[in-house]
Amino acid sequence: MGNIWVLPVVREISSCMRPFTSNLALRGRAAPSSMRSGKTRKFTLPFYANSSTSHTTSLLAFRQSKRKSPARTRSPSKFNSRLNQFTFNHSVKHVLFLFRFVSISKNYRSVIRACIEELQQVAVNTKDSAVCTQYGNQVSILLAIELIWNLCEVLFIDAVGALLLHLLDWVRLHKGDVDEKATHVLQSESPAEHRDYWDVVVGYVLQGRLEEVRQLLVKQATLQPAARNMFKLMDNLLSKMPFYNPGGTQTPTDFDVKWRHWHEEVDRCLQDNSFASNPHLELIAKILVGDEDTLLEHKELVGTWYHFLVTRLLYCHPTVKSTELHFYAHSCMTMFLDPRSVPEALDSILLAAFEFDIHQVIKDCSIALNNWWFVAHLTDLLDHCQLLQSHNLHFGSNLREFLLLEYASGLFSHHSLWQLAVDYFDHCPEFGRVYLELQMERIPLDTERKALKVLRICEQRQMSEQVRSICKIMAMRALRNNRLGSALSWSIRAKDAAFATLISERFLQDYCSRGSFSDLDLIDNLGPAMLLSDRLTFLGKYREFHKLYGEKRFREAAKLLLSLMTAKIAPRSFWMTLLTDALPLLEQKEVIFTSEQTYELIFCLEELTSSCNTTTATTTAAASMTDTPMQEEDLEVTKVELLRLALARNLAMAIVNEGTVEV
Amino acid sequence: MESINAKYVSQKISKVRWRPVSLSSLQQPEIFATGSWDNEDNTVSIWTIGNNGISSLEEGFDGDPKPLCEHKHAGDVLDLQFLDQEKVITASSTGGVTILRYNNNNQALSVSHQWAKAHHYPCDNAPCTSVVCSSPEIVSVGEDGRIIVYRADQGGIIRTIENADSSTIHAVTYLRTTEILTVNSIGQLKIWDFRQQSNSPSQILSLSGDRAPLHCVDRHPNQQHIVATGGQDGMLCVWDVRQRNTPFSLMEAHSAEMWEVHFHPMNPDHLFTCSEDGSLLHWEISSPSDMPSFLQGGRNNSMVSRSAMAPAGGNQSLINAWLSGDSSKGRLETTHMLPSQTLSVNSLDVLGQCLVCGTDGEAIFVNRQIPV
Repeated sequence: MGNIWVLPVVREISSCMRPFTSNLALRGRAAPSSMRSGKTRKFTLPFYANSSTSHTTSLLAFRQSKRKSPARTRSPSKFNSRLNQFTFNHSVKHVLFLFRFVSISKNYRSVIRACIEELQQVAVNTKDSAVCTQYGNQVSILLAIELIWNLCEVLFIDAVGALLLHLLDWVRLHKGDVDEKATHVLQSESPAEHRDYWDVVVGYVLQGRLEEVRQLLVKQATLQPAARNMFKLMDNLLSKMPFYNPGGTQTPTDFDVKWRHWHEEVDRCLQDNSFASNPHLELIAKILVGDEDTLLEHKELVGTWYHFLVTRLLYCHPTVKSTELHFYAHSCMTMFLDPRSVPEALDSILLAAFEFDIHQVIKDCSIALNNWWFVAHLTDLLDHCQLLQSHNLHFGSNLREFLLLEYASGLFSHHSLWQLAVDYFDHCPEFGRVYLELQMERIPLDTERKALKVLRICEQRQMSEQVRSICKIMAMRALRNNRLGSALSWSIRAKDAAFATLISERFLQDYCSRGSFSDLDLIDNLGPAMLLSDRLTFLGKYREFHKLYGEKRFREAAKLLLSLMTAKIAPRSFWMTLLTDALPLLEQKEVIFTSEQTYELIFCLEELTSSCNTTTATTTAAASMTDTPMQEEDLEVTKVELLRLALARNLAMAIVNEGTVEV
Repeated sequence: MESINAKYVSQKISKVRWRPVSLSSLQQPEIFATGSWDNEDNTVSIWTIGNNGISSLEEGFDGDPKPLCEHKHAGDVLDLQFLDQEKVITASSTGGVTILRYNNNNQALSVSHQWAKAHHYPCDNAPCTSVVCSSPEIVSVGEDGRIIVYRADQGGIIRTIENADSSTIHAVTYLRTTEILTVNSIGQLKIWDFRQQSNSPSQILSLSGDRAPLHCVDRHPNQQHIVATGGQDGMLCVWDVRQRNTPFSLMEAHSAEMWEVHFHPMNPDHLFTCSEDGSLLHWEISSPSDMPSFLQGGRNNSMVSRSAMAPAGGNQSLINAWLSGDSSKGRLETTHMLPSQTLSVNSLDVLGQCLVCGTDGEAIFVNRQIPV
């Protein structure tokens, strides 16, 4: 390989994302706040702002990203194979196993991220405000998708390691407005006096980003030298906060002691009103001590119930186990949300995830997002992680395959994405092939080039039935357009003997009516393909006779002509024509047919006439003419008489000739 | 070797072509055209890999193809050729042949002339599969087996050969100013001499045996009797049209249809092929003689383009590397130019040190430092 491919993965898969008008229409009340319009909408994922929105396919194709998903088939990296030389206990193996899927999952998310960025870029560039809002809506849907995916990754796939730290990362990633505000604040002339300063500080505290908080507080402390001690105390508290990391060397009891100690310290500071003079610092201390009422009073800074959940876990229950998660999730949701309101789709999806109810997540997503991309790919990934119990559905195969089939079938209905769907079907072991077979036959074939591509797909999968049918379609089209040569080529490719026979008949008819062959370039070069059908063989050989005759190689021509009849290659209906063709040979000055050959010719003629007499005299040379008028019948009779005469004369000459040679 | 750039363009690319550059300026090509297929609305687009005078500090972003303009195209773009620096000729699956004018100043494409349904059946459209041009003449071929010759400057059809082929003609190329060569779907090469009035080919060459359809053809830029073809079985065939009527050499190249083959226009010891199997191969043959390859043929032509005719030049008596027989086999090197991918590479074009290709994976790859 001469060239090294250096492209960030994001880049590669991002552009696989189809700009095509994919309609991530939401049914009913949909997830994130920004898309609560309650209507079904069509959106366009753009590349070109003018791409139409008229499609009805509701799909989002993340092109090659799919290739990452059949992960088991990928060869292990060098690193892995080297490690495998050692024996592992089960858990380590399992971690490695999951590790691969985490990176695949991250790839998927980076695709979504890249797509979001692309969309935002295009939204900025368009001038049309309607289009712009469309893109905006699309972005918010993708953000929700990424939020759910990320949570699933944290909870299901990346389940080893520190749960809480992962959840914090999750919240940080999806509550980006704090960072945005922070940049504004820091870029201003005097950050500490900025209007949003304290919002940013508290926002960071809520996300557990204590380093950032400390850095920001230093700025404030320099402004208020009088309160220096207070800031120092806070800085001290912040720096000492222990984080629980089960993967580290720390034992749970160790942490517990440390945690309790720190917690008491914060509590003590609050009790003795150390921060009473600064309401902001007091608020921070209250958050640190895990005061739920304080948190609920500052809903606008927390934003969402799941952010509230993570913050609460961080400051109240840092050693939370995944099995307890659903309990906290429930209570946080009821505490945070208005009890009268019905939870949004996104809320219930996230709640189901916190409950580790994978099937519920998939089900809710399928309903909320009118788009199979997300559920199909997520389910596929979870299935590869062996997280889905393979309970069989009463329809079709398992859940993974069902969703993949749905998604791929959708792709197939798209005029240009059908090629991608083939890959998906290939990874559905049970019904993939059947689906593919049914779909392949239904692709509209406008050009031969497209037909060849479709054929190649079928041939690679030994789908001979489909190959035959596609070739037949092409052959029929060629025939309809009077392109006999093309039609014959297609039927030869399909090895369709019946159709080849039909076309050969057409060729012969054309010859009978016109007296010359068309498409000689093809017929002369049939080669072994000639053997496909008897009629085709005859056509090829008959043309060969004409060629020999044209080249004045009479003896060979005569031999070939006779063998066509005696070997029964020629159809009986064509014998008269052949015999007529023999006439000029019989009338040549030199003897061409030997006496023996002449006997055989006579035999052929008699066989033909006698069989004609036994049936009706009408079925003679031209088989197609069913009701022959009297005149033509006369013609036939004359022809036979002429032939008999010529044969008799030739026989006489041949006998004389042969006798002469012997002497 | 980080010179490959990939650009995902969200439409399946059927053809890519560099805009010709004038050799005197020693420029590398910067602008290319692409055509899409299988979309509801297909387009012809013009792209640039130049940075339009803005010096890019970040190397990584340099050379990413940027769209300049596009134009809607009725039907799949089945072939694309630059007539000159400004005009692009397209072949459509609707049977039409169109001349598009690319305006460099306001970055716009507009239809300059169109022959709608030039290729047709009695009551249906017949796709036009290939065009080739030698300004001002244009030749198109189609599934209907017609060969049509046009004059770009007069906008008229000057000759039509009906039933030139009983099967589909897949590709066409000029041998000389008055001779063209077509390949068809039953493995034949036909040479047509326009000086003769008869509507039959002056010579037919064919693959013996399996009659594998041929999909592409390219003529050696300096030695007009050497022709390379690629077919359905992925075989690369090199022919000497003067001497034999069977291929001079057959080389196994791809595992599926070979869609395009191109000699490097300046350095014909290099050849490039792409295929349905998703690979793009670079073939390099070392000259059998120690003679430097630049002595093997004239290349004093001022305009280099696939479509433009290179004048006959050089010493024809020198044995070409491609025809040096079995001994050359050991000296033929092939390199994969793309990382493994599954979807078809439909088209490629090479000019100077730059190579561009387009795929069914909706990507355009540009390599700006091919080792030639």
